[in-house]
Amino acid sequence: MIPVSEQLDHFFTEKMKEYPTQRSFLVPMLLYAQDELGCLSNQAVEYIAGKAGLSQLEVRNVISYYSMLTTKPRGRFHVQVCTNICCQLRGAEDLFEHCKQRLGIGHKGVTSDEQFSLEEVECIGACSWAPAAQVNYDFHENLTPEKMDQVLDEYRSR
Amino acid sequence: MADVTITIDGNKVTAPAGTLLIEVCKSIGTEVPAFCYYPGLSLQAACRMCLVEIEKMPKMQTACTVPISEGMVVHTTTDKVRQARKSTLEFLLGNHPLDCPVCDAGGECELQDMTFSYGAAESKFMEAKLHRDEQQWSPVVFFDRPRCILCYRCVRVCGEAMDVWALGVQNRGSASIIAPNEGDHLECEECGMCIDICPVGALTSGAYRYKTRPWEMKHVGTTCMHCGDGCKTTLGVRRHETGMQIVRGDNRDKSGINGDFLCIKGRYAFDVTHSDERLTQPLVRHEGRLTPATWEAALELVASTFKRIRDEHGGSAIGVIGSNRTTNEENYLLQKFARVVLGSNNIDHHRTADFPALAAALKNTQVRTAGMRDVFNAKTILLIGNNPTDQHPLLAWQIRNNVRLHKARLFVVNAQDIKLHRQATAFAQVPSGSEAFAAAFLAGNDSVGESVGGDARNALLAMRQALKGAEEAVVIFGSEIRGAQVKAAVNLASALNAKIACLGDYANSRGAADMGLYPDLLPGYAQTSSEIFTGHWGALPEQPGWNIEQMVNAARDGQLRALLCVGSNPVVRYNVDPFVLQKTFLVVNEMFMTETASLATVVLPAACAYEKSGTFTNTMGDLQVVKKAGDLAGTKPDFEIVIEIADRMGFDVRKLVSLGGGTRADMGQSRGAQTGEADRHAVWLEAQNLEPRMTPFDPAAVLDEIQRLVPGYGEASRLNVAAGNDEHTTALEAGQGSATSDPDLVVPSEDTLFTSGTLGRYSNTLHSVIESRRKVPADKKTPV
Ligand code: SF4
Ligand code: SF4
Ligand code: SF4
Ligand code: FES
Ligand code: FES
Repeated sequence: MIPVSEQLDHFFTEKMKEYPTQRSFLVPMLLYAQDELGCLSNQAVEYIAGKAGLSQLEVRNVISYYSMLTTKPRGRFHVQVCTNICCQLRGAEDLFEHCKQRLGIGHKGVTSDEQFSLEEVECIGACSWAPAAQVNYDFHENLTPEKMDQVLDEYRSR
Repeated sequence: MADVTITIDGNKVTAPAGTLLIEVCKSIGTEVPAFCYYPGLSLQAACRMCLVEIEKMPKMQTACTVPISEGMVVHTTTDKVRQARKSTLEFLLGNHPLDCPVCDAGGECELQDMTFSYGAAESKFMEAKLHRDEQQWSPVVFFDRPRCILCYRCVRVCGEAMDVWALGVQNRGSASIIAPNEGDHLECEECGMCIDICPVGALTSGAYRYKTRPWEMKHVGTTCMHCGDGCKTTLGVRRHETGMQIVRGDNRDKSGINGDFLCIKGRYAFDVTHSDERLTQPLVRHEGRLTPATWEAALELVASTFKRIRDEHGGSAIGVIGSNRTTNEENYLLQKFARVVLGSNNIDHHRTADFPALAAALKNTQVRTAGMRDVFNAKTILLIGNNPTDQHPLLAWQIRNNVRLHKARLFVVNAQDIKLHRQATAFAQVPSGSEAFAAAFLAGNDSVGESVGGDARNALLAMRQALKGAEEAVVIFGSEIRGAQVKAAVNLASALNAKIACLGDYANSRGAADMGLYPDLLPGYAQTSSEIFTGHWGALPEQPGWNIEQMVNAARDGQLRALLCVGSNPVVRYNVDPFVLQKTFLVVNEMFMTETASLATVVLPAACAYEKSGTFTNTMGDLQVVKKAGDLAGTKPDFEIVIEIADRMGFDVRKLVSLGGGTRADMGQSRGAQTGEADRHAVWLEAQNLEPRMTPFDPAAVLDEIQRLVPGYGEASRLNVAAGNDEHTTALEAGQGSATSDPDLVVPSEDTLFTSGTLGRYSNTLHSVIESRRKVPADKKTPV
């Protein structure tokens, strides 16, 4: 039994052919698998190591290097609040504090209903519209605590 | 590449373009400090310790990664460079625990040395240091994270050089940490290379940690006593209540055939020397039980019984079984003792490879034997049979790293899919037992193709093509090929214009063969009637004697009345029925109470190879020195035991150990008017790597005779051997050999990385590794 869907497995097999060095496809593979599974479980690591012809240790080394990769389950919506310099100057710290209060969790926490997880991150490249946050793959910009509430409510209702 | 000229601190240096700047600096004696750079491993540029200034380059450069180019002007001693070193050190020390007073590496730590040289006595770092408790990753590997300076040497040596890939780096930046492959522990070859290469005390060994300090040990360079590869080993010894105890094994000066390599056995299995089960007192059977006796009483009993049996029943009523772990000098002496003192050709040993057959097959060919260094430099290597990763770890290392660093082509023919397949250009899996046919097929003999089967035949055919025109090739074969079949391997080597090597087990199995522990062969594979030896020793028994099996049968029939068994366990190895030896006067020289020793009439406690001097010849024919490191009160070297027996039998021992001729230093002659001159002379000799020689107990006198009489040993430079280098010997090419020896007498040890024949059973380290994996299949009988 492979931990990912057959579709994804097939996609990996095909896509891999485009990479002269197979391990170059490792990070995309990890991201796709994480999107599908929510996190990179032991089974996922084993599966990807086998697929890429690497040792599990090597796969774990890569996962631990990138903060966007995780071996622990996150919420359905992963809220990442930037507190790097531009955002900080425009109130990101308060924004992050507000998110903590609102969701009742801290940095890297997950709500008990598993809907939300929260993370304080470095620059996400949206400095022109600071302060900014990223929820899964969507960006939300020029945020205030009020605006943030709307954003969260909207996700909650999805 | 073309030579270019660069300027380093005002000095012009010429070197090939592309050479790493750090190596060029080293070549002219300019020190560029480095942590992560390690010759032979991939470049890392992680530590920034090697920063230098290069004119026209805006920033300082890492000398370990910059290839030199024409006209480069380099500065390594400017204030800026010095400040950079200091800052890097301050940075590294930021989180370093500074527990030098208890750290194993204290005194030989690269970080300590650099700090001493470039100083960073003050630190701007005021925060609390990150602490993590020490972790045990395996019975031999411990990790102390705070001491780690993240140079990644361990990761690279384990992966690139060992091809184990058991260590990795997790997280990033200051949170980076070295991680073992199984999460919280290691499953690996336990070679300890990572520990040895660690510049600080972050990785430490279970055998040595917190035992002593480097400067409290004496360091003795000798040869490993385990497998047949003959790694040079530096043993650290310390005074102990029972003598000198060995506390550490490594190859400190990275010299010799193995460079910095040692496997788990060389590095940690010295612990057999201080096993609680060592025999330290002679034992004599008294009313059916082995009871402690004095050396005098035991030796007297042995000598008088041997003498009586020889005089009453002739020498052929006595047999001798020699050892694969005693020195060349002891082996030579033992067979000379058998032939000259006992008058018996009944001498044999536990054979693990068919060297006599190889000697015979090499007759009238141009094929030469390969040394261990050749394996690292050959362009093509053909390995038939054996699994070097388990049975010849150094050989595997040489092959692997030749492929990695010199792009050698490796061809593997084996019945199993062995690990070296990973380095192989081509691999052919052949049915077990058909290795010799495969060799013949590769040499162009199509008629044997059927014997290896269809798939294998195709693989071999492709290999035959690929081998065409191979240059500087080496053919290496295991004990799968023996007897008349050895000819096939020699023919193949001849067709490829290759050198050849045959793999035997145990530290001196080759020495045992070269020194004539055979019933039908004298030293140097000479016939029993060889005039070389009769000329010097006088008349010898002419008829070939009994081999091991024949001796056992003769014991059953009551014809073999006495048997001297030195450092060997034939009862297990050759499956001897214990009752067969009941009537025989059995004398066993041993370190431990083995199955054979427990049947003995007299057991004499022997010193092991780390407790005596002499030489070993590894399976490739490289002659190396064995130096006394440890010491265990109560034991004697086999050399001394044999001399004492001969002496007590009334034999003139000067005929056994000739103190005349050869390169010897006679202390008597060098003593002049001043008292103490002899001592000073001894000191001088030692400093010149020579040995003072004054008694018949001196193995070097026997080495003189070996070099005079044994063909293939004479050319070896004594000075070079004494200095700790290897000298290739050619007894196989020079000797007659014997193609008719019984191939069934060859019983390979089938040791793994974690066993070492009888010795391995007494090593706590090897045991704990095996235990920790609980992987030993229940049906596998105890290794002997
Ligand atoms: S002991 Fe050897 S095999 Fe094990 S991790 Fe260290 S270098 Fe690798
Ligand atoms: S454990 Fe030692 S060798 Fe490995 S990275 Fe750390 S300091 Fe370097
Ligand atoms: S490879 Fe053989 S000779 Fe070298 S350390 Fe290991 S056991 Fe000793
Ligand atoms: S600093 Fe927040 S997005 Fe760049
Ligand atoms: S030695 Fe050059 S960066 Fe480490």
